[in-house]
Amino acid sequence: MIEVKNVNKTFDDGYQVLKNISTVFETGKTNMIIGQSGSGKTVLVKSIIGLHKIDSGKIEYDGRDLAKMKMNEIRILRREVGMLFQGSALFDSLTVLENVLYPLEMFSDKSNDEMQERARFCLNHVNLEEKSFGLMPSEISGGMQKRVAIARAIALQPKYLFCDEPNSGLDPKTSLVIDHLIHEITKEFNITTIINSHDMNSVMEIGDNIIFIEKGVKSWQGSKDDIFHVDNESLNNLVFASELYKQVRKANQ
Amino acid sequence: MNLITDIGKYFLLMRRVFVRPDRARMFFRQFPRELEKLGLASLPIVIIISVFIGAIMTMQTQLNTSNPWLPDYITGLVTRDTLLLEFSSTIMCLILAGKVGSNVASEIGTMRITEQIDAMEIMGINSANYLILPKVTAFMVMMPFLVIISIAVGLVGGYLVGVFTNIITTGTYLIGIQYAFIPYYVYYSIIKSICFAFIITSVASYYGYNAKGGALSVGKASTNAVVNSSIIILFFNIVITNLMLTK
Repeated sequence: MIEVKNVNKTFDDGYQVLKNISTVFETGKTNMIIGQSGSGKTVLVKSIIGLHKIDSGKIEYDGRDLAKMKMNEIRILRREVGMLFQGSALFDSLTVLENVLYPLEMFSDKSNDEMQERARFCLNHVNLEEKSFGLMPSEISGGMQKRVAIARAIALQPKYLFCDEPNSGLDPKTSLVIDHLIHEITKEFNITTIINSHDMNSVMEIGDNIIFIEKGVKSWQGSKDDIFHVDNESLNNLVFASELYKQVRKANQ
Repeated sequence: MNLITDIGKYFLLMRRVFVRPDRARMFFRQFPRELEKLGLASLPIVIIISVFIGAIMTMQTQLNTSNPWLPDYITGLVTRDTLLLEFSSTIMCLILAGKVGSNVASEIGTMRITEQIDAMEIMGINSANYLILPKVTAFMVMMPFLVIISIAVGLVGGYLVGVFTNIITTGTYLIGIQYAFIPYYVYYSIIKSICFAFIITSVASYYGYNAKGGALSVGKASTNAVVNSSIIILFFNIVITNLMLTK
C-alpha cells in the first residue's frame, strides 16, 4: 500500500502543480490516476517514486516514509519498484532477453541458469514467443516493446508497479491486451499498481481505484462502477467526452 | 553564473561516477566493450591522420630549413619532437574530442531523452556510475596506446617522404629522428594524453547525462561536449606543460 498525505509541490517558477493531495493506493488493485494534460498526474507519480522532491506532505510505502530515507535506502526501495514507461525505455543496445535479464544481473544473487529461467518465465508470462528473445528492441513492434517492458518490470518480483501511459501509441486491441496483462499481474502477484492514464477504455476496463486530478487538486476518487453516477462536471467532461461513452453512461443510469 | 553552476554540477556528477560499481561483473562486462568502441574504433582515424601529418611536417620542415648553416638531419629531429610534444598528444586529443566526445554525449543523451536512464534510476541503479565509469576508465587506458601508435605512424609518414620523393634522404631522416632523443618527452606526452582522455569522456558524459527534451538537445549536448572539452584540453595543455617541462 502506498499512502500519500497532504502532498504539495511547486516548480522553480512558482507554479504550484500539486495542491494538498492525499490518497491511498491499495495493494492488489489497479490504481489509476486520470486527469487532463497538465493537471499534475505525471508530477504526482514522479513524486511518489522520488524523482521529484515534494515541498511538504508525506509519502509512505507500507509505512516507510520516503522523505526520511537516505539515498541508499531509496535505492534499495526502488528495487521493489517496477516501472513501465510511456516509451517503454528498453535498453536499445541489449536484446529482448538481455533487457529482462538486466535487473536480475544487477541485483539478484541467483545463478546464471536461474536468472535465464526467471527472465524466460517473465517473457512467457507476457505472451512473448521464444523466437523474439534474441531480437533488438528496434526490431519488434510497439506492443511487443511494452510487453518486454512489463516483463522487465516484474523480473525482480516488485511490490509496487508504476505505469506511465501504458497504452500510448498502441492500437485499441493491443491496448486491451496490455491493460489485461497489467491487471492480471497485479492480482496474481498482489502488487500495488499505479497507472497514469489518459485512456478512458483502460479506466473503464481495469480501474479498481480511480483518482481524478484537476489543476493539481484531487477532485474525485472511486471505482469504475462509481464513475457513472458522479456529479463532477470536469470528470464527466473528461470521461464521457466521446459519444460512445455518453451512451454507455445513459444505459448505466 | 552558468559556468559556475555547470562546474558544480560536473563535480557532483563525478562524485556519483567514482564510487564502487553496484556489480563488479557488470563493470567488467562493459569495460572491454568501451575499450573496443572508444579505443580500437579510433585507431583508423589516428593512423590516417598521423601518417599524413608526419609526412607533411617532414616536407614543410625540410623546405623551410634549407639553410647551409643548419644540418639536414634537423628535419627528422623537428618532426619527431613535434609529434612527441604536441601533435600525438594534444592535437590528436582535440581530434578525438570530436569523434569520441560526440559519440559519448549522443549515446548518453539519447539514453536520457528516451528515459533509459530514468529506468535505471528507478531500478535502484547508480546510472552515472554504470554508464560513465567504464567509458572514462577504458579511454584513459587506451589513450597511451593511441598516442604511441600515432607517434610511430607519424614518424613512418616522414620516412615515406624520403622513400617516395627527393626532398630528403631516408638516411638523413633516420639520423634526425634518433638525434638528441629525450625519453622524458614520451612520459610527458603519455601523462598529458591520459589527462585529456579523462577530460574528453567526462565532459562529454556530463553534457549527455544532462540532456533535456528531444533530439535537438542531444545534438546540442554533442556540440557542447566537443567545444567545451576542446577548450579545457587547450587550457590544461598549458598547465601540464608548465608543470612538466618548464624549470
